[in-house]
Amino acid sequence: MSRPRSESEYLARLIPPSVAAGGLSRRGFLKGTLGAGAAVSLSSLLAACGGGDNGGGGGSASKEVTFGSNQSDAVPKKAYADMLAASGLQVKVNTVNHENFQENINNYLQGNPDDVFTWFAGYRMRFFASQGLAGDLSDVWGGLSGFGDAFKQASTGDDGKQYFVPLTLYPWALFYRKSVWAEKGYQPPKTLDELVTLSKQMQKDGLVPIAFADKDGWPAMGTFDQLDLRINGYQFHVDLMAGKQAWDSPQVKKVFDTWRGLLPYHQPAALGRTWQEAAQSLLKKQSGMYLLGMFVGQQFPKGKEQEDLDFFAFPEIDSNIGTGAIEAPIDGFMMAKKPKNEEGAKQLLKYLGTAKAENIALKADPTVIGASSEADSASYTGLQKKAVEFIGSAQSIAQFLDRDTRPDFAATVMLPGIQTFLKNPNDIDGLTKSLESQKKSIFTS
Amino acid sequence: MSDLPTVPATAAPRRSGGRVRVSGTDRIFLVVMVAIPTILVVLWVWLPAIASVVLSFARWTGVGGLDTIQWIGTENYKNVFTNYPPFAPALRHNLIWLVFLFVLPTLFGMFLAVLLDRELRGTRFYQTALFLPVVLSLALIGFIWQLLYSRDQGLLNAVLHTQIDWYGDSRWNLWAVLVAASWRHAGYIMLLYLAGLKGVDPSLREAAAVDGASQVRTFFSVVFPVMRPINIIILVVTVIESLRAFDIVWVINKGTNGLELIGTLVTANVIGEASRIGFGSALATIMLVISLVFITIFLSTVMRGEQR
Repeated sequence: MSRPRSESEYLARLIPPSVAAGGLSRRGFLKGTLGAGAAVSLSSLLAACGGGDNGGGGGSASKEVTFGSNQSDAVPKKAYADMLAASGLQVKVNTVNHENFQENINNYLQGNPDDVFTWFAGYRMRFFASQGLAGDLSDVWGGLSGFGDAFKQASTGDDGKQYFVPLTLYPWALFYRKSVWAEKGYQPPKTLDELVTLSKQMQKDGLVPIAFADKDGWPAMGTFDQLDLRINGYQFHVDLMAGKQAWDSPQVKKVFDTWRGLLPYHQPAALGRTWQEAAQSLLKKQSGMYLLGMFVGQQFPKGKEQEDLDFFAFPEIDSNIGTGAIEAPIDGFMMAKKPKNEEGAKQLLKYLGTAKAENIALKADPTVIGASSEADSASYTGLQKKAVEFIGSAQSIAQFLDRDTRPDFAATVMLPGIQTFLKNPNDIDGLTKSLESQKKSIFTS
Repeated sequence: MSDLPTVPATAAPRRSGGRVRVSGTDRIFLVVMVAIPTILVVLWVWLPAIASVVLSFARWTGVGGLDTIQWIGTENYKNVFTNYPPFAPALRHNLIWLVFLFVLPTLFGMFLAVLLDRELRGTRFYQTALFLPVVLSLALIGFIWQLLYSRDQGLLNAVLHTQIDWYGDSRWNLWAVLVAASWRHAGYIMLLYLAGLKGVDPSLREAAAVDGASQVRTFFSVVFPVMRPINIIILVVTVIESLRAFDIVWVINKGTNGLELIGTLVTANVIGEASRIGFGSALATIMLVISLVFITIFLSTVMRGEQR
C-alpha cells in the first residue's frame, strides 16, 4: 500500500526540474525499492514472531488443532479424514507423501511441526522421544482404556513415559488368493521344505511363486525379518536390531544364505518394481503368494476380490524356534514437543485412542485391525478377523526392521545393503562384514 | 598552448591513480550496493559451506544444541572411503556422468548449433523443438522418459521386443538416465553455442573463404578459436550440470540401485530420517573439493584471458 506512494514522493523529491540526470532517478527508484523491501521483510518478520507468541500463549484463543499425516495413499487418507471429522474438534490436516514424511521427520520435528502427527511404535518412536522431540502423553494414557500391556509397552519411551497413542496394526505374512489355491489344490506350507516344494509346483503351473518388489528399499526388509525370526528367534532379532549382535555372525549369514536359496522362487528384477506392482501380479493371478504386510489388500478392489485374500504365517525353519514370533507394526500418533494448542492436541489424542475413532478408521480401511480391544470387531472382514486371531496367538511381536533399529542405520546401511544382496546374492561374507563394520561406526554414538 | 593543460585537468578529478572519486551519496550508495550482495553471498554461500566443512569432522544427529556435537576428527572421511559401499559407485557415476555429458550431448549440441547457424529452412522450428526440453525440470524429464522406458508399456521395449526394465535394472539404468538428461543438455548447449556463433564477425568467415579454406577448415581454424570464451562457458556448464545431477535420479529411485550419485548420498544422509549430519557433511565437502578443482581451472583460465 505505502510502496507506490513513497516511491513517487521519492522521485518527485529527487528530480529537480533543472537536473535531467536519468541515472539519479534510477538510483532514487532503487533506493525506494530497497527501502520498501526492507520494510516488507521486517514486517513479515514481526508478524512471524507475533504468530509464534500467540501459539505459545495457549489454546483457548484458537480451537484449531493441526494434524500432520503421512497417510497419502487414497484408502487410508479417506479413513483418516472421516475419523478426524468425527472428533468434534476443528482439525486442520496436512497430508504429506508417506515416504517423504518419514524422510523429513527430523527437520519437521525441529521446525514447525503440527500439534499431532502420525508415527510408528517401537524403537523408531523411542529414538525421537529420547531426543526430546515429542510431547509427554502420560496423562492422556491415564484416560485411555482398551489397550493391553503390550501396546502400552510399545508406546513407552526410554524414560518410562508414554509418547505414543496406538491406532491400528497389521500383520506381515504370506498372502495368497483362496480361489487360485483351491483351484490348484495348494495347501499352506508348514515348513521351509514344503514352501520350496510348493514353489516348484507353482513354477510348473506357470505362476511366479513369490511376488517380490524392492524399488523403495524397505519391502525386502520384511523378508529378512521373517527369515531372521524363524531361524534365530525373537530375542536374537531384537538384539541384532539394537546393535548388540554382530551382523557378520553365523546366525545372520544363515539368514542371507536361506534367502539366497529362496530367491529363484521370487519374482525377478525386484529392484525396479514397487510393492503396488507386485501386489497387482498377485491380484491378476500371475503370482502365487506375496510376503508383505496386510496393506497388500489396499491393491485389491473391495468386496469379492478382497474377500478372496488370505494369509498364513511364514513357515517353520527351525523346530526349536517355531513360528511364535511375528511382525505386526503398530501405527499411531505422537504429539509435538511444544504444540501450539496443547489442550486441543491432547483432547484429539484422547479421542484417537478410543474405540469410536478406531471404528471409523477401520470401516474405511479393512487392511488393518484396531489396536484397542474395545474396537468393534463385529464388522470385521474375514481377513481382519483372521489377523486378530493371528496376532492374538503370537508369542512375541516385532515391529519391522526400520522400526526396530536406529533410523540412520536402517536408511543408510540396511537399505542399500539388502539391495546389494539382491543384486549379488553370492557374496554373503563380504556383505555381512561390511554391514557389521558400518554398524559399529553408527552405533558408537 | 593553453589547450593542452586543460585536458589532464578535467580528467584529473575523475581518475587519480586508478581510483574513482565519488561524491558522498554515491559512495554510500556504492557501499550499500556492494555490501548487500556480499552479505548475501557470505550468509547463504560461504557460511554454510564453511559450516559443512567444520561439521564434517563431527558426529551430530542435528537434534539439540551445538553442545551435542561430538568432534571425532577425520573419522567420517575414513568411513566414507573405507566403510561406505555406496560411495565408490557414486563417485564413478558422477565421473561417467561428466564424461558422457561432454562426449555426447555437448558435442552434439555444438554440432546442432553449427547446423542451425547456416539458416536452414525452418530453422526457427528446429531451434524451438530442440530447446523445448530445457524449459522442463529434470524431474519432469525423468517422468517423460518413463513412458518410453517402462518395462511393460514402454515404447522402447515394444519396438525392440525386449523386456528390459530400463530404470530398474542396474545394468542399464545409469545409461538410460544419461540419455534422458542428454536430451535436455544438448538443447541447452545448442542455444548457448548458437548465441556465440551469431556473435562471430562474418568478415572472418569471408576472409577465410577468400583464402580458399573449406567450410570444415574455416570452422576449426577460424570460428572455433574465436569462440574461446563460449567454449569455456560450455565446458563449465557441462561440469556443473554433471556435478549437480540429482533431481532426475532422485525421482526415479532416490539414488539407489545403480543410480548412486554423491549428491543423492549427501541428501540421503543429511536430509533423510537418518540425519547423519557429520557424515553427510563429509560427503558434501568431498563434492566441494571436486568442484573447487574445476572452478579453479575455470577462474584461472578466465583471468588469464582477461589479462591478455
